[in-house]
Amino acid sequence: MLGWELPPHNSGGLGVACYQLCKALALRGVSIDFVVPYNDRHDNVDFMEVIPALPYPRQQLAAAGGAYDSRNFSEKTPRNHELPKGLREQQAAYTEAVCTIATRKKYDAVHAHDWLTFEAALVAKQKTQKPLIAHVHATEFDRAADVHFGGNPLVHDIEYTTLSQADRIVAVSQATKDLLTSRYAIPPQVIEVMHNSINPDELVPLEGENSYAYLSLMKQYGYKVVVNIGRLTIQKGLTHLLRAARLVIDKDPSILFLIAGCGEQYHELLELSASLGVSHNVLFTGTFVHGKQWRDAYAIGDMFVLPSVAEPFGITPLEAIGYGTPALISKQSGVGEVVRNVLKFDFWDIRKLADDIVAVAQHESLQAELIQNATDEFNTMSWHTVAEKCLQIYAKLPKTIGAASS
Amino acid sequence: MKRAVCLYLHVHQPYRVRNYTVFDAGRDHNYFLGGEWGSDLNNQWIIHKIAEKSYVPTNYRLLKLLEQHPEFRLSISITGTLLEQLEMWAPQVLTSFQQLIATGRVEVLAETYYHSLAFFFSRFEFEKQVRMHREKIKQLFNVTPRIFRNTELAYNNDLALWAEKAGYKGILAEGWDKILRHRTANHMYQPVGTDTIRLLLKNYKLSDDIAFRFSDKTWAEWPLTAEKFTHWLNALPEDQQLVNLFMDYETFGEHQWDESGIFTFLSKLPGEFMKLSGNTFMTPSEAIEAFEPQDFIDMPETVTWADTERDLSAWLGNAMQQDALDNIYAIEDAVMRTGDTTLIGDWRRLQTSDHFYYMCTKWFNDGDVHAYFNPYPSPYDAFISYMNAMRDIKLRVLQSFEQPAKQEHNEAMGEAD
Repeated sequence: MLGWELPPHNSGGLGVACYQLCKALALRGVSIDFVVPYNDRHDNVDFMEVIPALPYPRQQLAAAGGAYDSRNFSEKTPRNHELPKGLREQQAAYTEAVCTIATRKKYDAVHAHDWLTFEAALVAKQKTQKPLIAHVHATEFDRAADVHFGGNPLVHDIEYTTLSQADRIVAVSQATKDLLTSRYAIPPQVIEVMHNSINPDELVPLEGENSYAYLSLMKQYGYKVVVNIGRLTIQKGLTHLLRAARLVIDKDPSILFLIAGCGEQYHELLELSASLGVSHNVLFTGTFVHGKQWRDAYAIGDMFVLPSVAEPFGITPLEAIGYGTPALISKQSGVGEVVRNVLKFDFWDIRKLADDIVAVAQHESLQAELIQNATDEFNTMSWHTVAEKCLQIYAKLPKTIGAASS
Repeated sequence: MKRAVCLYLHVHQPYRVRNYTVFDAGRDHNYFLGGEWGSDLNNQWIIHKIAEKSYVPTNYRLLKLLEQHPEFRLSISITGTLLEQLEMWAPQVLTSFQQLIATGRVEVLAETYYHSLAFFFSRFEFEKQVRMHREKIKQLFNVTPRIFRNTELAYNNDLALWAEKAGYKGILAEGWDKILRHRTANHMYQPVGTDTIRLLLKNYKLSDDIAFRFSDKTWAEWPLTAEKFTHWLNALPEDQQLVNLFMDYETFGEHQWDESGIFTFLSKLPGEFMKLSGNTFMTPSEAIEAFEPQDFIDMPETVTWADTERDLSAWLGNAMQQDALDNIYAIEDAVMRTGDTTLIGDWRRLQTSDHFYYMCTKWFNDGDVHAYFNPYPSPYDAFISYMNAMRDIKLRVLQSFEQPAKQEHNEAMGEAD
């Protein structure tokens, strides 16, 4: 398998999805070598071999560009044996390393996650003469939050080239499949929809006092808290949440917003909240939240909002539900395909979003029904079901790539 | 041998609450009108659609059947909320109902004007709504109902006692197995503790064969024909002389589409059934005259005609529904004291049971989208629009108490108009 990150060295949901899928597959007897671009310890991984493609630690590489930085991506010549400076260099070095790794063993298939590994994936397919599964967690259109014209043309090229040569394509939602069909002209019959999931029993329990002391106190005074956790980037639609916040606060000033995360939009969002006059009610962490802070952010919420403009899947609402917080999800988010007991809105429809927020904050019965029924759904979810589906996809693959075209 | 089919059709449409947000509350008191043409929340559009698909073609066929077969009878109940909407948006449909009833062979039943569950929350309000319905029926059709049916066929012993006291000759309920045990629904009964009133029980198996299963191609008996149905009726044991077929009127053309052959079935059934001498149709009143009660029926718990549970859980089974119902009846006194008839009317329209049905999460949870009929995207959205309308109602109540004070103030200042 070719991937770009694994926990704890991940900056988003991509790493988590790869980790959980591999773990569930390994339990079913699949032997996996997972290639990452960095060299770091993965003490949590004992079910597969993690192979570093480059000799540098994750942090050093991340400073030069991470899995979500496609907009800064450009063509530059790689220089051997020096620290790769940008994503392009990292990627070229990664591809070179995969070229060697691919010949070390006899593999049965190549399974590649998202565009950063897609060039290497084609090389691996060629070296191993084995079928290629291109697993799409997000396309460039999603990252650019523009389904029509958005994104970096270089990245589109890489995606298009690999997707059209893959033997099987896995999309994390029906919405993503539709996008691949309409925007990349991929025939629908080669695309399988395989939703991400969550393992309810692996949720780390809450402990101690909540990290957000201010919010805990305000809740004692009857305030309600709306939470968002994620990268502060255009794809996540947070400007819409802030505009909805303005409408909400006009109706009910006792509703507070916690926006946990960081990203290139941070300062823009701060300015926007100031100019909307909602700074008093909107709290930014300004940093990524991990561990206890991350869990407590879900737990402090009376509701969780995912206002994404484009979200191929989006695991955060499921985590929120796991921590007892009902979710409001934009209709443009793939996760809405696997959970019914949530409120859904179009990301641009800030009046509907504001109406929903006020209603959940003011009607305990609504909040209670939402979370009770969503929890029932949550408890039936499992990565094991996803792994079963993945095995079925593997089973349908041609044994050699010669057979694929016949 | 003698056998009668008692066909009863329930005709009803609620005033659905439009997509009414917290931003409308306090600003716009219109909860029920408007919305995009073609939207399932636009009541006027729905009346047009159902008139075309169901009311017009069905009444046309019923009228023809009454002309063709002098023995054909049926009964209907028609809610005040629908009658108002027909007066506004489909007067030709109202005329066709008047024609049906003018034949004297279509009995009109009594119920609550607003198709509400008021019996279980406010006896005073309930009686008021029954009176309003009686007056409306008298005004439009010049008849006075003698038989009572409660919203959703929700029935218990108390209701039967009330109906007897109120002077009704008969009352309708679900022929639910758990109540009947070894007995059949195909007899006349008497509610426990009553003297004169009679109880007619729905044969849910045969009723639902038409109302629910008619166009279901996976059903072993599909396609259902008038011949086959008549055969089933004729095959009943000889002593089972009364078959009560109770269903939504909208079965014809709306729940079961024209393409399914439902209209052909309707047009043929009376003639087919009455081929056998002794077979006939009766109104509930005629059936009460014709058949003696065979036993007492005891229903201490409320039984309805909905779902496999046959209880009220489809309307008050979850926290949102209870919250909404508690709220609407909690403000009864305050609303009445305003004396504002428009406000009282809006409050009553919000009592219609359909509002609470849309908030039901039972089927939504099971993911059974097909069985799930709801004009809102989810039960939660239904609750949100409803409670926003409730906010506005409460605000209007408050404002109406302020007004006299304001008026006096204005008069004193010489500003009264």
